Amino acid sequence: MKPVIIDHIVKSYSSKKDKVVAVDDLSFEVEQGELFGIIGPDGAGKTSMFRVMATLLVQDSGKALIDGFDTVKDYKAIRQRIGYMPGRFSLYQDLTVEENINFFATIFNTTLNENYDLVKDIYSQIEPFKDRRAGKLSGGMKQKLALSCALIHKPSVLLLDEPTTGVDAVSRKEFWEMLKKLKKQGITILVSTPYMDEAGLCDRIALVQNGKLLSLNTPEGVTNSFDKPLLAAKSSDMLRLLKHLKAAPGVVDAYPFGEYHHIVLNKNYNRPELENYIINGQADAEIIEAAPNIEDCFMNLMKN
Amino acid sequence: MNNDYVISVQGLTKRFGHFTAVDNISFDVKRGEIFGFLGANGAGKTTAMRMLCGLSKPTEGKATVAGFDVYTKNEQIKKNIGYMSQKFSLYEDLTVKENIRFYAGIYGKSDQFIRQKTEIVLQQLHLTNEANKLVGSLPLGWKQKLAFSVAIFHEPGIVFLDEPTGGVDPVTRREFWNMIYEAAANGITVFVTTHYMDEAEYCGRISIMVDGKIEALDTPTMLKQKFEARSMDEVFLKLARKASRSDN
Repeated sequence: MKPVIIDHIVKSYSSKKDKVVAVDDLSFEVEQGELFGIIGPDGAGKTSMFRVMATLLVQDSGKALIDGFDTVKDYKAIRQRIGYMPGRFSLYQDLTVEENINFFATIFNTTLNENYDLVKDIYSQIEPFKDRRAGKLSGGMKQKLALSCALIHKPSVLLLDEPTTGVDAVSRKEFWEMLKKLKKQGITILVSTPYMDEAGLCDRIALVQNGKLLSLNTPEGVTNSFDKPLLAAKSSDMLRLLKHLKAAPGVVDAYPFGEYHHIVLNKNYNRPELENYIINGQADAEIIEAAPNIEDCFMNLMKN
Repeated sequence: MNNDYVISVQGLTKRFGHFTAVDNISFDVKRGEIFGFLGANGAGKTTAMRMLCGLSKPTEGKATVAGFDVYTKNEQIKKNIGYMSQKFSLYEDLTVKENIRFYAGIYGKSDQFIRQKTEIVLQQLHLTNEANKLVGSLPLGWKQKLAFSVAIFHEPGIVFLDEPTGGVDPVTRREFWNMIYEAAANGITVFVTTHYMDEAEYCGRISIMVDGKIEALDTPTMLKQKFEARSMDEVFLKLARKASRSDN
């Protein structure tokens, strides 16, 4: 039995005036020990999906199974088996680090000592501050404490809802290092993120937008399925270059991509003709081959 | 001070008790420049920005924003800047038009100015048909673009953007940056923070704060050369890894 089976889940929110479909017929399955990423911008339905899996929200229709248990009927069994880290820091700010971890351990009928091996790597980094109140911790330390608390009962499935949102590039890298170590211990991990550059760190990813699945594959699978030629260009006047590129022959789309602009092309575009056109408008333009990454794919799928 | 500089900062410092949040920073920002203000969480970015927006008095140092001194003319600073926070700051239960009128009214703009400019802004945003819809019913990407237009509606000389694109989809993120470019081309100085390192490349110059100090300040191209890095992401990691403090 796969640890996570999501089968045609629909979840909507209604007010008097309008109805918002947050999760729109989403289906996917996660393998044992997999690091599975749900990638999408705000409003894609990520948090609603996590709350359904965590048995905190009941779907309108469809079925979600965690370790074979139904999220609606068997919610008590599921709560014993999952570790859930919500997007907003939700530990007790006025309890100390140690009090928080003991509290969560007690709720799950266990102790810190019993599962120390599992949380050791992460908890040992905040242990020197065990008498500090959680509300007084830095962002990075809060994250480590929240992860320790989500792990304390040795869950079989770990649900992490946007653990790296608003976190700087250095702390984000550190957090993903921690996840890689946890994965080695055999825990199935589902993690959501709006940062497309984190997709490459997952075994498989689901790209979601407006509650719908755009793509479900390995990161390489997603980038390999980019179906158009891609070039990149830069010049001394990037804004003018962009306008120029958008009107160029054979160009489907052009958009800024860090140091360069990416140029998505028709399959039968003519490279010499395109280069001539670009150089005519921007004499100092430099044009190179580019490999699509997840963000190129996401935009391509969004626009299709 | 030179009139070409919209922001001029010398030795600016802010201490909270024994903690030096901002430690003797100096820099100038030119008119119409897009200036990226980067740093790890806890490096002191927010404290520095609050001082420049006239919301917090420095402990030491000098700074002028739009020609006004941050110690004595902070009310004038507030009138002459635009500000957009990372948290969505428009009123969800007011319509698009009502939000524009409300903010423009706060900045003391005349009814005629507001009426005329509202039409133009709605057209630019392709929101003419949504003018009387509640802002809460708009998709996030539109809200962020609207928030930016509202922040520069009163035509300030400078706009401060605090992580304006967090969580926004990649297409809207780029449309947003297009708006930033247009604003800069119209002479508005843009002071922006972001966690997306590809966006750092879109800035004219970038400063990177580490532990309260500005550790690097240059164009993206020069920074990459200096730190022998292929991308701004690498530059940032090389600098920020040296940090001894972290916070949110």
